[in-house]
This record gives sequence, C-alpha cells and structure tokens, in this order.
Amino acid sequence: MVQTDLIKDPHVLTGKLHWGVIPFHDPVVAPVMAAAVLGGLLLVAFITYKKLWGYLWSEWFTSVDHKKIGIMYCIVALVMLVRGFSDAIMMRTHQALSTSDSFGEGFLPPEHYDQIFTAHGVIMIFFVATPLMIGIMNVIMPLQIGARDVAFPFLNSLSFYLFLVGALLVNISLFVGEFAAVGWLAYTPLSGIEYSPGVGVDYWIWALQISGIGTTLTAVNFVATILKMRAPGMTMMKMPVFTWTTFCANIIALVIFPILTVAIAQLTLDRYLDFNFFTNDDGGNQMMWVNLIWAWGHPEVYFLVLPAFGMISEVTATFSRKRLFGYVSLIWATIAITILSFLVWLHHFFTMGSGASVNAFFGIMTMIIGIPTGVKLYNWIFTMYKGRVELTASMWWVIAMLITFTVGGMTGVMLSIPANDFMLHNSMFVPAHFHNVIIGGAVYGYFAGFTYWFPKATGVKLNETLGKWSVALWFFGYFFAWVPLYITGFDGMTRRLQYIDNPEWQAYMYIAIIGVALIAAGIGTQVFNIAWSLYNRNNPKYKDETGDPWDAHTLEWYTTSPPQFYNFGDVPYINDRDPLLEMKQKGIAYKRPEKYERIHMPKNTWAGPVLGLLTLPMGFGFVWHIWWMVIAAVVAIFACWVKLNFERDKDYYVEVPEVEAIEGKFLKSNEGRSYYFEKNAKYYKKWKPSDQNDSTVVAK
Amino acid sequence: MKKKLFQSTMLLSLALLLSGCELALFDSSGVTGKQMGDTILLTMGLMLIVVIPTILMTIWIPFKYHASKKDESYDPEWEHSSKIEFFAWGVPIVIIVVLATITYITSYSLDPRKELVSDKKPLTIQVVAMDWKWLFLFPEEKIAVVNEVAFPVDTPINFLVTSQSTMNSFFIPKLGGQIYAMAGMENRINIMANEIGEYRGISANYSGFGFAGMRFKAKVTSEEDFGKWLDGVKSSGRVLTGAEYDRLIEKTRDHKVEYFSSIDPLQFKNIIESFTGAQNGSN
Repeated sequence: MVQTDLIKDPHVLTGKLHWGVIPFHDPVVAPVMAAAVLGGLLLVAFITYKKLWGYLWSEWFTSVDHKKIGIMYCIVALVMLVRGFSDAIMMRTHQALSTSDSFGEGFLPPEHYDQIFTAHGVIMIFFVATPLMIGIMNVIMPLQIGARDVAFPFLNSLSFYLFLVGALLVNISLFVGEFAAVGWLAYTPLSGIEYSPGVGVDYWIWALQISGIGTTLTAVNFVATILKMRAPGMTMMKMPVFTWTTFCANIIALVIFPILTVAIAQLTLDRYLDFNFFTNDDGGNQMMWVNLIWAWGHPEVYFLVLPAFGMISEVTATFSRKRLFGYVSLIWATIAITILSFLVWLHHFFTMGSGASVNAFFGIMTMIIGIPTGVKLYNWIFTMYKGRVELTASMWWVIAMLITFTVGGMTGVMLSIPANDFMLHNSMFVPAHFHNVIIGGAVYGYFAGFTYWFPKATGVKLNETLGKWSVALWFFGYFFAWVPLYITGFDGMTRRLQYIDNPEWQAYMYIAIIGVALIAAGIGTQVFNIAWSLYNRNNPKYKDETGDPWDAHTLEWYTTSPPQFYNFGDVPYINDRDPLLEMKQKGIAYKRPEKYERIHMPKNTWAGPVLGLLTLPMGFGFVWHIWWMVIAAVVAIFACWVKLNFERDKDYYVEVPEVEAIEGKFLKSNEGRSYYFEKNAKYYKKWKPSDQNDSTVVAK
Repeated sequence: MKKKLFQSTMLLSLALLLSGCELALFDSSGVTGKQMGDTILLTMGLMLIVVIPTILMTIWIPFKYHASKKDESYDPEWEHSSKIEFFAWGVPIVIIVVLATITYITSYSLDPRKELVSDKKPLTIQVVAMDWKWLFLFPEEKIAVVNEVAFPVDTPINFLVTSQSTMNSFFIPKLGGQIYAMAGMENRINIMANEIGEYRGISANYSGFGFAGMRFKAKVTSEEDFGKWLDGVKSSGRVLTGAEYDRLIEKTRDHKVEYFSSIDPLQFKNIIESFTGAQNGSN
C-alpha cells in the first residue's frame, strides 16, 4: 500500500505527486485499477462509437430536469454500492482469515485494512445511502406535490455535480495515493497532521466538504420547493407522507450540514495552516471535534431514515388498498423525530467521561425517539389491518423492513442506556446495531420505494419474482452477517480490529461470511433485475402504459411514465390527501381540461456540470498541494459564475398545441380503465357510484 | 413463509439469550461489570416483551388480510381509530418510561467515577495510552509496567487514564466499563474484581495502525501474589528515565511486556502537563 506521509517539500508543479504514489505493485489494488481503467476506456469507446456524446450532453449532463438528475443520482449510488460492498467483502473475509493460524494476520496489512473500513463507512453513508435517497426524492417529491420542477433547477444540477466530485475524489484516492485510515468520522487528534501526515485525510476532507455543500444546496432547494410550489389546494396537512418526511429530512440537513462544513473547515485549517482547533496541545480540544461531528452525524441518520419511513408509508397504503392509517399521528411522529434528532448526539460518547447527569439526559432523550418511531411501526401495521394486502416485491421490502428495523430499534435503545454502553461502546454490537437500522430501516425502505417508483421514473416495471428473491437474500443475508457479530460484541470484541487474537470468534466470523455472500447474491439479483426489466421494456408485462401501474392514490401517478419534461399538462386542484383516488372516484381523472395553458420551463444549462466539475481539480490540487491547480480552478469557477450571471436566455415556454398533442395521447391511454375501488364499490361507504359524474364538487 | 420467518426470529432471539451466560459481558468477574451485564439482559428482556408481539403482528396481519382472502372486514376508507392510536402511543410510552427510570438510576449507580464500597483501601493506578501500548504507573509503589497490570482481588482500583497521543478507550471487558484516554486530560474509572484470574485488556477506540495489537494482560491476584508481582517488577532494576519514556513514545506494534522498578512520582502529572502547560492544583 502506498504511504504518502514521507513526502515533504511539495514540488511547484506536481505538489506531493510522483509516480510512487500509484500502487502499481499492490496485489489487491493494481488489478482493480487495471480493470477500472480498461472498463472506463471501453465505456468511452462504446459511447463514441454509438455517437452518444451529444445526446448525453444535451439530454442528461446539462439537464435541469429533476427526474433526470434524480436518475443520475441513483445510477451513481448503485455504482458506489458495488464499490462499498466490495470493501465489506474484503473486511469480512480478512477478519475471518485473521482468526486462523494458517493465515496469521489475514491478507491485508493494517495500512490497507484501516483504509478499507474508513472508505466503506464514508462511501455507504455519503455516496450510496444519501444519493439513493436524494435521487428518489428528486424524481418523486416534485411529482407528488404537482410541481413542474424543483424551486431552483440549476442549483439541483450543481448539487449533483458537487456530490459526483466527492464520489470521484474517493475513487481517485484508491489509485492515486491513499485514503484516510482514521475511521469514517476521522476523530481528532488521529486525523490531525501530527498523526496522519499523508494525503488520505485530505482526500476525506475534500470529498466530504464538496459533496456536503452539494447536500446543503439540495436541502435549500427541496425545502423551498415543498413550501412554495405545492399544487393549489394542497395544504401542509394534505401533503403525501413521503413529501412530509422529505421536508423534515431536509430541514434536518439544512441545520446540520453547515456544522459539518464548519467542522471540516476547522480541521482543514489545522492540517494546512497549523491551526490548533483540535490538536492535543496549544489549546486544541479534541472533544470539540467529537461533539461537532456527532452534532452533524446523529441527525444525519434521521436525515437518512425519515424519507425511508415516507416511502414505507406510501407503499404500505397503496398495496393494502386502503387509506394510510393515522396520517396525523404519523406526521406528528415525524416532526417529533426531527426535533429530537438534534438532542441526542452525545450518546455516541458516553464513555468520554461527561458524568452521570449528562449521560442520563442524553440516554433518556435518545430512547424517547423510540416512542414516535414505535408509533410509526404501529401505524404501518394498522394500515394493513382491514386491508387487501397485495404482497408485491415492494411490500416484501416493507415487511422485511418492519421486522429488521424493530430488532434494530431494540438494540438501539439498549445502547442508549449509559450503563449498557460502558460495556458495549465500540464493540461489534455497535456496527451490528447501526447496520441493523441503516440496512433494515433506511436501505430496505429505499428499495421498497425504488421498486414502487421504478415504473414512474423509467416507464418499466421491475420483475416481481426477481424482486422477491432479492428481498429474501438480503433479509436472511442481513441476519446471517450480523447476528454473529452482535454475539461477539457481547463477548467483548471491539470494532475495527485488523487482526483477531481470540480463536473463539472464528466460527462467528465464518457464519458472517455466509451472510455477506447472501447479500452479494441479493445485490446481484437486483442489478440483473434492473437490466432484465429495461431490456424487456416493450414487453406488455413490463411496460407501464397508463402512468399508474399500481392504481395508486397520490398525484405522482397522474402523469405519464416516465413523466413529460413539464410533469403535468394541467395541475389539478387538491381537496384530499389521496387526490388521485378522489379524482378517479369523482370521474374527473384523465378528462381533458377546458383549456391548457402554456407552460414556463427552465432551459438546460452548461453551468451545472462545468461549475460543479471544476471543483474536482480544486479538491485534487488541495489534496496534493498543487497550488497552481487550486488557483486556476477557483479563478475558472469564478469566471463561469460571472458568465452565468450575465446570461439572460434561461427559460422558455411550451406552447399550448404541443401540450395538447402530448396530453391527448396520455388521456387516450387511460381511457376505459376500470379501477380497484369500482370493483370493490360495496366496501366504500363514503363513495357512491353516482358521485362519478358530479364534477361540480371540485372547486377550481 | 410465515412460519419460517417466525421460527427463525424466535430461534435467533433464543440463541442470543442462551449463549448469553458464556459471553464475556454476561460472565463478569467485576462488581460493576456484573451489574452492567445484568442491565443489558434486563433491558433487552423488557423490550422483547414488546418487540416479539410487534414482529408477530407484522407477519400475521399481511397474511390475515392478504388480498386473496377476500376478507369481508375490508374497509378501504378506515384511517383513524382513537382506541388504536391510544395504544400506538401508549405502549411505546410505557416501555420507555420504564426504561428511562432504569437509565436514570443506573447512570448514577454505575457511573465509572463513583467510588466503590469496600473495607479495603483503594489502590490508584495511572494509565497512559501510547502508540500502540499501555503504560501503567503505580504512584505509591513507584513502579511502571507496559502492557500488563496486576491488582489484588476485592480491592477497589481507581484507574486514572490519559493518553500520550491519540484517543483510546481503556477497557477490560470481563471486569467493567470503559473510559476514554485523551491527551492532556485525566479520566477516571473505578473497577473492583471479585474473581482471581487473567483478563484481556484492550483499547476500545480505534487509534491507528497498531490498534489491534494494543492489548494488555490484567492480572487479578490474591494480596500475597500481588506482593510477589510487585517484587518481580521491582527486581527488574530499570528506571523509567526521560530517554526510556521517549523510546516508549516511538510507534510500536504488539509491544512486549516491560517492567520499570523506579519512576518519577510526578510522571503522570508531567505527561498531562506536557500538553496543557502547568496546571493549578495537583493530579
């Protein structure tokens, strides 16, 4: 493994870079690098051969369409999932091998292993979970509230490229130099210049700083969108639950991401300019870093999990063929979690020595979050109660989530009790717990939402059988992988061990590998499912003709799949929490409005990709101390920004004839549909078939 | 499917409980450790009372109300029931109130700083986390040991913990809780072992490349054997001089046990003050 801590006196032109930092001779990294370079070249060659560059540039890269940006987020997230999961496979096999005599200390030296667990955490949180969630929010939230796009379309594009630069920096660190080996939250003073003089922590800093600013901008964008751009009549308490959880999650992000930005800026000053915010001596305070990073880090997990709760709510209501049970309760539970999430960060370091009163306060605040979370679980269960539950693949994800997340919630409350935590802190019990809630809570929720909304984003339904297989593989894979590690946690095995000196844990490590293999099969099945379904996109079994494949109740289904660039030809007036159901019941869905109006749309812009990607040389220059590159990039960013501000040609109108032509086709494809509620009319007490032609009740 | 899920969940929780008695945290040889292990099992047990029925409901309801059953109680517009809401909020509130009470009580009773009650005189041992080894200083005996510590059974031990470099956590899983070791600061944990034996001591907070090998032996002995151990250390004849300490500061992995028969009694204070500058009062 390359180590860069010995490089002193950076060169004027190349900074700390030289050929020695590229790991040509590393038996693990070199083949991966060869494969990545070869794969990249093949991809470029393929795109060039098919003459797709122009299409990609004008239709995707410069697009400000929230749906396309959302899809790009999801694609990058899935690619990074494969990267992050490869790290997981290496960690589990390495730890298992390191317990046996014949392999000694496993196959990875600590300099490499410690980078892997750091990279795994950073990648899975910042470059898999966050973008997958933001991707789904991007595609769905504006549709759910009847908006034409997000409030700031260019900003949305810029956010995506800032996030992409973060992901690129993490991947570049694999081949040029090294990544941080300090744990995913880079505790000081270990991450300070004295104890980590190499470029690894600098990669960590710039990857997180740049992508973190992207997330802040996304939060601004989504909060503004939800507050200002809802369809007429849609009051806050008529918003779909997913939109509500998106709103609360982004409020959290808006509050916490600046903390991350400032804390990382302080660490940057420590490392680059010999400041002493977090150093051991000269008045530095390492505990301040731990507080700041968790003041960001704990709300961050609610930022990740709340939208998953929203997705679970939508899927459960749709496939239970019922209204969501306890909407008001669910909203208040979401708000309660949002507020409480800021008051619990200290539970990550009870063992720092704060004392009994502080620990008791934060312990109790933490377990109080269990109350609104429990309420949510019961509301989902009672949404299924008295329903007609259709166990589709997305419902399988929901049930897998409910079971796994309940277990994870229990272990979370166990950890929130300081007396327990003094024993369990930093043991394998902790990673087992947070994988339990992040996989079992957030990721299963995202996959439920992903499966549910895939036809909306692409016009193609995923294969149900393959979908159910991946649920089953993930579900059992999770328990095989992590129950053994819960147990070793009870036996005092601490996390992040590069080798294990206790032979009693060998069996547990090998059982965990079975789990990893099952999850790997689950991921493989998912990737195959996406490819297979898209390949069969014209097969009627997969094609979504109506834009409403599940006969659902919310507004995002009241448009084509994939939606037109302007989303809705005519945005309806919202009277109900289930607006589409109401319109279907009143017989006003899919009817031509009296007249269409011309639609105001933003134009695509070069500025998102250019401005965003220019931060890549800036970050890379900072990492390697190549100052001319930093200065050139910053000047270029400023110049682009000035040019952008002088541009006037930023928007256009879609004229009525074009809207009429597109919408006419859409309305036609929905002609003569029969709905679930019509077939089960006798169970609907508030609705009578005679309502169907009574369009007067809808105020406009 | 329903049965399989149910059985595997039950088996898993049962396996966890049954294997509990052999695991380090539930088979503690320390006074606080024993109570902490019991608290873990108690709180887990209390939560399982709610968690198991919830999981069963999660599995049972979608099958009971499966679309194929054409259940006549189907009520697509039903979305609120004050009675159910009462329990949806009430059940979590009750369980959390119970757990919060336990939390409040144990936060104080099992606070590692709390002095332990015993008729024996407490022994103070100073602990310094270094890259990547543990240095133990016995201020009264004026000896120092690397990667090994011994103390008599049934005697309250007052560990004062600091660090020479990065953040670590001082932890003997079989005896009781852990506490962070941080440079320039003195942390404190009280431990009392009630069984003679040799226990694993570890760092429980990742501190760099040598972290996995940062282990020590914690020997709990009889009074008599403790005296012998002290004599053994004292007979090593090595002095922990400034030069020796600088050698220890060097990064080493899987460091061997070292004995020092003589130290500066203010060594611990000096280590802390090397980061903070001179402090008022004494250590």
